[in-house]
Amino acid sequence: MTLVLVLGIVLLLALAATAVATVSKRSHKAMDAAERRAVTQPKSRPEPEPEPGEVEIVLPAGDDVVVPPEAGIEVAPPEPAGEEPPAVRPRLRDRLGKARALLAGYFGDLRGRTVIDDEVWEELEEALIRADVGVTVTAQLLDDLRRRAKEASATTPSELLDLLKADLIDVLSRADRSLTFEPGQPNVWMFVGVNGVGKTTSIGKIAQREAAGGRRVVMAAADTFRAAAAEQLQLWSQRVGADLVRGQDGADPGSVVFDAMAAAGNRGADLVLVDTAGRLHTKVNLMEELKKLRRIVDRTPGALKEVLLVIDASTGQNGLNQAKQFGEAVEVTGVILTKLDGTAKGGIVLAVQSELGIPVKLVGVGESAADLIEFDPEEFVEALFAA
Amino acid sequence: MFDSLSDRFESIFTRMRGRGRLGEKEIDEIAREIRLALLEADVNFKVVKSFINRVKEEAAGADLSKSLSPAQQVIKIVHQELINTLGGETGKLAMNPKPPTVVMLVGLQGSGKTTACGKLARHLKSQGLQPLLVAADLQRPAAVTQLQVLGEQVGVPVYSEPTDPVAVARNARNEAGRLGKNVIVLDTAGRLQIDEALMDELRRMREVVEPDNVLLVVDAMTGQEAVSVAESFAETVGIDGVVLTKLDGDARGGAALSVKEVTGKPILFAGVGEKLVDFEPFHPDRMAGRILGMGDVLTLIEKAEANFDQEQAVKAATKLRKGNFSLDDFLEQMQQVKKMGPLQNIIGMIPGMPKELKNTQVDDKELGKVEAIIRSMTPQERNDISLINGSRRLRIAKGSGTTTQDVNALLKQFKMVQGMMKQMAGAGGKKGRFPKMPNMGDFPGM
Repeated sequence: MTLVLVLGIVLLLALAATAVATVSKRSHKAMDAAERRAVTQPKSRPEPEPEPGEVEIVLPAGDDVVVPPEAGIEVAPPEPAGEEPPAVRPRLRDRLGKARALLAGYFGDLRGRTVIDDEVWEELEEALIRADVGVTVTAQLLDDLRRRAKEASATTPSELLDLLKADLIDVLSRADRSLTFEPGQPNVWMFVGVNGVGKTTSIGKIAQREAAGGRRVVMAAADTFRAAAAEQLQLWSQRVGADLVRGQDGADPGSVVFDAMAAAGNRGADLVLVDTAGRLHTKVNLMEELKKLRRIVDRTPGALKEVLLVIDASTGQNGLNQAKQFGEAVEVTGVILTKLDGTAKGGIVLAVQSELGIPVKLVGVGESAADLIEFDPEEFVEALFAA
Repeated sequence: MFDSLSDRFESIFTRMRGRGRLGEKEIDEIAREIRLALLEADVNFKVVKSFINRVKEEAAGADLSKSLSPAQQVIKIVHQELINTLGGETGKLAMNPKPPTVVMLVGLQGSGKTTACGKLARHLKSQGLQPLLVAADLQRPAAVTQLQVLGEQVGVPVYSEPTDPVAVARNARNEAGRLGKNVIVLDTAGRLQIDEALMDELRRMREVVEPDNVLLVVDAMTGQEAVSVAESFAETVGIDGVVLTKLDGDARGGAALSVKEVTGKPILFAGVGEKLVDFEPFHPDRMAGRILGMGDVLTLIEKAEANFDQEQAVKAATKLRKGNFSLDDFLEQMQQVKKMGPLQNIIGMIPGMPKELKNTQVDDKELGKVEAIIRSMTPQERNDISLINGSRRLRIAKGSGTTTQDVNALLKQFKMVQGMMKQMAGAGGKKGRFPKMPNMGDFPGM
């Protein structure tokens, strides 16, 4: 109930501000307010016209529709679960061509030096901070390293680096990084994250890979907020041959998830990929909405296998807040680190793993579907210090 | 936004208060703390270095004999330096004397270009201009559709063609001429700054369309990477300004400092929410004030003016002066506060907000509870809360589905609010005169 006090203060300031406002501002204000009303009413948001040739999607508001994959798309026969999809996976290393060139010299000269002095420690600190590992975790890592360097009686910067790398790999290797899947029932993987990290794209890529592996995939377009998010997912569903469940723009995302669960049951789907609207973790009401979506999935006990938090590699320290808040709201089981093909290192996942114990499961290293690869701690750390 | 950074500065200077002079040792200590705070805020480490050096120089050369305390002096120096780094004055879009003016938005994937285009078009339209949105992001599935939906929402036409981005850019001018539009807002596909082919495409688009403004869209949550992104885009494409997006989260937004510092280009706009109206000109001075925990009174006042019904406000203010501000009035005004956006955001703008209040997690749904309690009271009770005795409390609690503790808390706090209002009434309700808030830590006057 401190709320009343807070409200009182806000009110007071607001009143003071308004009461003294000059009348001349009134017309401007009225115009602005009218305009605000005109553009902020989600209910009156015009529906996008379906493109000619697109699947028919116009339905009364609130209704969902299951869009079947386009006829003619071959769905590969199911393969025994657990078998690796046949495609050749690009390795992080191969994708880093350009970035690596920029990185060269990070530690090149450090390796060549003979004594461990303050400068060496400073450079290590700088390198970790530059990789977005964060001040706190960097300090912990380096304190730890000082201790272990003494124990191992390391004398050269080169040895120091190797110790540090081994430590980081150890931190990152602690958790199980596989994506949970049980054959014979619908498995739900839910994707969450802030705006613009690449949730929808990641789902498209995963759908392609899983469909190619013979799994029957249903995509749930529960991002009913962002303009054309469902269209984006629909294009993916047609491309990869997955079923899509979507609602009208602005519809209750809960209804989409509900229908997707029903559709998955009816059609004997193996995998339901739930796309959710990007939301800042600080928006209480939107996080509540996310919890609700999870509860709807949980009505089918045991169906929810993964809640994957998508993090953009260029994210700074805020990534830790994101992981904390999303973790508290919906119990995140893993991280997908996207856009790692740039120069961003994604060091924040080190903090996420070491402080919250949430492992990175997949890494996005390019535009194509094959560019979403399993996370490899060794390669990641190597890239972190690429030299 | 920037909340944690202001907290850091606050704690540094709280410790500094009570000390007499500012010696070299103190300056070093402050510098270290500021460095940590800035790094935690994702300010690029190079930018931090130069920023700190400037602050140290200023601080060392500062004349401490003035009436300000040394702590206040340092705050002032850091504040001024933050303003300088963030861009001094509010920047403006360059308008072409021979329309159409062309604004081209570029940036990484997912930084918020398409949304920013929609918001910018709305903003320009509200200033009486005639914008045309152009969708040249032919890469991401449904990006064109997204812009079309946004265009419809803001009532601005959208031009695109399924050819290639350079052709779209080329034909955009003709289309603007045909429709009689005087501003072109050009959306481009997101790209990594190291993707040579795509950066080259941007360069070619630039040559064809000759934009008056190329704006780099930067996510406020960006980490150390912000500098290399900004440098690359500035070098290969050339930029004239920056749009900072997603500032409504709790990202400390160090990217803002970094980008401005390395490119030297002003941050023109800030995206501060999910709705299309949540788009503001970027005010470096206000932002610097926020960083230092000074609040953002100007934005608050603007929001209040835009959302409060003036007649009602004047009526309420009159009552307030007479000292008979009732729970009914409170309820009425509460509805107006709600329109100003999430309370949490508003709290962040209030200077000198007691820390314990600032850190309260405010869920706007709690407002419903407050409403329910007040609405469960009789009109007499709302006018005179002293009527409310034990049995009335119980009835109110039952009626609103709350507990008597909740009711008590509300009444107690409303009394405090009334007290504050009386103080303000005493001050004559003058502009800028705020009543003393309970438990308020002393705040350095600037």
